[in-house]
Amino acid sequence: MTCIEARGLRKAFGKTIALDGVNLLVEEGRILGLIGPNGAGKTTALNAILGLTPCEGELRVLGRDPWAERERLMRDVCFIADVAVLPHWMRVSQALDYVAGVHPRFDRAKAEGFLAKTDISRTSKIRELSKGMVTQLHLALVMAIDARLLVLDEPTLGLDILYRKQFYDSLLNDYFDRNRTIVVTTHQVEDVEHVLTDLMFINRGRIVLDCSMEEFESRYLEVTVHPERVAAARGLKPIHERQVLGRSILLFDLKVDHVERQQVAALGEVRTPSITDLFVAMLGNKQGSKAAETQGVTR
Amino acid sequence: MNTQSNAVPESSLDSQVTAPAAISATRPMYWSVRRELWENRSIYIAPLAVAALYMLGFLISLMWLPHSMREVAAHHPAPQLVELAMPYGHATWLLLVTALLVGIFYSLDALHGERRDRSILFWKSLPVSDLTTVLSKASIPLVVLPLLVFAITVILQLFMWLLNIAVLLVSGAGAATLWAQLPLFQMELVLLYGLTVIALWYAPIYGWLLLVSGWARRAPFLWAGLPALAIAAVEKIAFHTSYFGFLLQDRLIGFAARAFDLKDKGGVPVDPHFIPLAQVAPGKFLSSPGLWIGLLVAAAFLVAAVRLRRYREPI
Repeated sequence: MTCIEARGLRKAFGKTIALDGVNLLVEEGRILGLIGPNGAGKTTALNAILGLTPCEGELRVLGRDPWAERERLMRDVCFIADVAVLPHWMRVSQALDYVAGVHPRFDRAKAEGFLAKTDISRTSKIRELSKGMVTQLHLALVMAIDARLLVLDEPTLGLDILYRKQFYDSLLNDYFDRNRTIVVTTHQVEDVEHVLTDLMFINRGRIVLDCSMEEFESRYLEVTVHPERVAAARGLKPIHERQVLGRSILLFDLKVDHVERQQVAALGEVRTPSITDLFVAMLGNKQGSKAAETQGVTR
Repeated sequence: MNTQSNAVPESSLDSQVTAPAAISATRPMYWSVRRELWENRSIYIAPLAVAALYMLGFLISLMWLPHSMREVAAHHPAPQLVELAMPYGHATWLLLVTALLVGIFYSLDALHGERRDRSILFWKSLPVSDLTTVLSKASIPLVVLPLLVFAITVILQLFMWLLNIAVLLVSGAGAATLWAQLPLFQMELVLLYGLTVIALWYAPIYGWLLLVSGWARRAPFLWAGLPALAIAAVEKIAFHTSYFGFLLQDRLIGFAARAFDLKDKGGVPVDPHFIPLAQVAPGKFLSSPGLWIGLLVAAAFLVAAVRLRRYREPI
């Protein structure tokens, strides 16, 4: 079943175009990473999906129009923006009471269970909690809601590596199943690299890459080229080249460049690039982003 | 009751069918109002503190009571009820003003604070509509505060009354029977009526304050007041008239002349410390166009505030 379907999403703030004809198709049971530089339109896209902002174009989330039916939609959608969002004056017990009061799908016992694994005291005010604890609390609230779509906008911003690891671990182990969908934006790409099932790059309001992780792995290849084969390697038109410790590392897009895996493998040491490497290759400089716009779009 | 801890795919589909019915339409409203009381404890602390302070002052004044009663008894054989009711009236007015101030400050912050601290994103991530949110916030000055003031005033006045009688009985100063005549029940009925009248009459003011608090990016206090001043000033300069000023003045104090007969049958003005039940004029109040125009304006402000909240993002 389709979870999010968008066609030609467009949104401008004055002269700044935040979304410039975005098409999205997210199936149920996926974990989509929406990656892009600052100001690329990630948050605007998420806000549109959550019904927080109106925009032009066609948009259905779980079969509903988010802008027209936000209240109804929020029974099936959960949302963690960044850690500053929980009201600082609230007590932990009040947060539990309130969500239990207004949310038909909230399982209080489950939330209490998650909280029991943390050091969070029920009587604390949220302003007294550390940043990591606030995120734990928010995650406990959200994971106790039987929702079908979870939207995470920089959920682990400002957290240390232990909290970040724990965050995604709980999400995968205690929450995710094939009826749920997760959309996450983050700058800490390494954290989500092995969590995602789908990957999307967004730049200047446009989707410049949209592929599943399987496709990503079979399509992109990074090779540390032997010095004597650099010229030959460049002849195969890599989409990016960088120098590390005097060695050239070239990144190939096998689908677009029509290069065979064996051809590239003959050039040197081969591996799947990290998401960060591909991101830098496609969006790292003006040339790169232009190349991405012409080559990368698959849908 | 609606979910199971180890959500198997198939059974979670079942729960999706059954769960939504679990919450009735009034529950989000109830919890939204509770939420407001958690966040803004001044709503009940301020009137309680004022009542406590007043009680303290009243307790001290009890020391002079037997003496002054003998004085009164010596000079006036039958003291007026109005004089006896004076401290009770003061208590009422003090609590009314407190509620007004709390209501104004609350309303100006209600839709501004949640944007300032970005918590609006959390509230909007829950299945509570903008209409429910705005109505719950409007209900604080229009329903919750009046009810609180009523309850606190009744309890305060009851204590004052019992203490008055007790002190006079113990000191043997007499005149305790006079207090027994004080129509406390009648006074509370008039208070309840007055609180309803004020809430209805002030509804457009609170509506405006809520609208401004949802609209202004900063300084909602200034935005709420300055336009009124500006309009009045422009009118004065351009037309040498003050209709807008009169309109505002009428909105602030005009409820009294409409909801009460301020002169008794003999044409003697009624003392605002003790308004007898006979001077209550609900028919006159309900038939005054000012009330209905005001309520329409209030509704328009609230509709605008609901629409505005849909578009509003953190500031």
